[in-house]
Amino acid sequence: MKILVCISPVPDTTTKVAFSDNNTHFNTQGVSFIINPYDEWYALVRALELKEAGIATAVHLVTVGKADAEPVIRKALALGGEEAIRIDTDSSDPYMIAAQIAQYATSQTYDLVLCGKESIDYNNGIVGGMLAEMLDMNYIAFASSLDVANGIATVKREIEGGEETDTCPLPLVVSCQKGMSEARIPNMRGIMAARTKPLKVVPAAAISSLSNIVSYDMPPAKTGVKMIAPENMDELVNLLHTEAKVI
Amino acid sequence: MSVIVLAEHTQGVFKKKVFEAVQYASAIAQSTGTTVSVLALGTIADAEMQALGQCGAQKVLHVADARLDNLNTRAYTKALVTAAQKEGAKIIIALHDVTGKAVAPRVAANLKAGIVAGAISYPDLTNGFLVKKTVFAGKAYAYINISSDIKVITYMANTFPVKKGEGSASVEKLEVAFDDKDFAMQVKEVNKVTGAVPLSEAELVVSGGRGMKGPENWGVLEDLAKTLGAALACSRPVADSHWRPHHEHVGQTGGTIRPNLYIAVGISGAIQHLAGVNGSKTIVVINKDPEAPFFKAADYGVLGDAMEVVPRLTEAVKKFKEAHQ
Repeated sequence: MKILVCISPVPDTTTKVAFSDNNTHFNTQGVSFIINPYDEWYALVRALELKEAGIATAVHLVTVGKADAEPVIRKALALGGEEAIRIDTDSSDPYMIAAQIAQYATSQTYDLVLCGKESIDYNNGIVGGMLAEMLDMNYIAFASSLDVANGIATVKREIEGGEETDTCPLPLVVSCQKGMSEARIPNMRGIMAARTKPLKVVPAAAISSLSNIVSYDMPPAKTGVKMIAPENMDELVNLLHTEAKVI
Repeated sequence: MSVIVLAEHTQGVFKKKVFEAVQYASAIAQSTGTTVSVLALGTIADAEMQALGQCGAQKVLHVADARLDNLNTRAYTKALVTAAQKEGAKIIIALHDVTGKAVAPRVAANLKAGIVAGAISYPDLTNGFLVKKTVFAGKAYAYINISSDIKVITYMANTFPVKKGEGSASVEKLEVAFDDKDFAMQVKEVNKVTGAVPLSEAELVVSGGRGMKGPENWGVLEDLAKTLGAALACSRPVADSHWRPHHEHVGQTGGTIRPNLYIAVGISGAIQHLAGVNGSKTIVVINKDPEAPFFKAADYGVLGDAMEVVPRLTEAVKKFKEAHQ
């Protein structure tokens, strides 16, 4: 069983978001990039666990990005996986990204494709579902556990107000979230090994974007906090009713 | 040409957010000079579907196949694509929730449609098809232009208030050519938390952080939440220490919520936490540390010890509720 894990480089969670060129570009100056936490903690680590358990035979990583994405994909390789593929293009359009990965994945035969439930920069969560459609695979989103036996996956996924357990034959795309596995820290051996693991650069296929980000802006700043004496909770309730009109 | 909405039901009932999505679609249809059709899947009564007319739906297409009572992305995609093609729909709307987020991307890929996930504005049609959404978990907004012929939007609930009017939608049966492959995924077990308000839909939220000192102190927050009819949430350290279950974690790596009222107790307000909650309409911060950065993002602040302030607030809410019955 071969697993493909989709990796997205994202700005560190402590990043103070700022924009340049008249609010048309995300300002990457001074921003450090990390592996999207959902891709790393849940999708990648669960893939590695399945390999360690002898269920998966190979774990490959894929990212869509220019050369500046390589340090992040090397970090992912330090956790594990035999090889990484970087598709050499840059886009904010989920269709274009999914189509690039699909194009590459059809030339291979993956039984399981794992991704995080969303990336923490654009909060889309689109690529997994699109990939499933393009590869004609089943798709289960928001999974918190995944096991595979005899070509059948058993997946626990979030539903409205609860959880559901599904079974599904492979091949399958799963978007992963909390509960899937415990975060790992790469060890020195992994970091050394990652330096020499193959990182293939694949030229992008000719695919047009169907959407683009025109501009950004920031939420309006709060006008200032109104402090209320801890003895006077009646006043707070009154303000929530008459001023904020939320109760 | 029309606008089509995927209307998911919960055991045969449409929640408020579905009416909201239909109303959103109906406003888009009006501004583009077309009509709204709704797609309903599985077991649901005609009267429930007709009621969507109160929010502007003209027609409901109903695929009455009980195998669709549970979400299955392949079958749902086939149904929505069939309906969209039958209606000649150019704009497809789903909710930005666990169902919509799982189905809309597949549908978009199938129809080669650009997609905006989590829209918080109507599309601006003056120069293309521009839709606003939050990015960086609420730290900023992006304006995204869709350039494809067909467009898909997942709509963020609680963005525009619902105004129900008069009206009744007509219901038409829709046949979809399913095959066995569409139902290869099977549901084995369903576990629902009963009684509680789901966090993602809650209008009022009471949230606790490390300042609560330990899980044994959650009783005061539970009392407040129960009195208000609010859902409970927590910060990441609380979930990571297993004081509270992970599904209550809100913040950049947890859930993103946009309630009308967010009451944060003993939460300092780290940037990652704020990212998940700063879409809240009103924020109340209760903290005994005057330097807590959360006060800067709050509308109302109370400087004091949670174990004293929260029970007092609960009493005040009770008094208010009795007076306003």
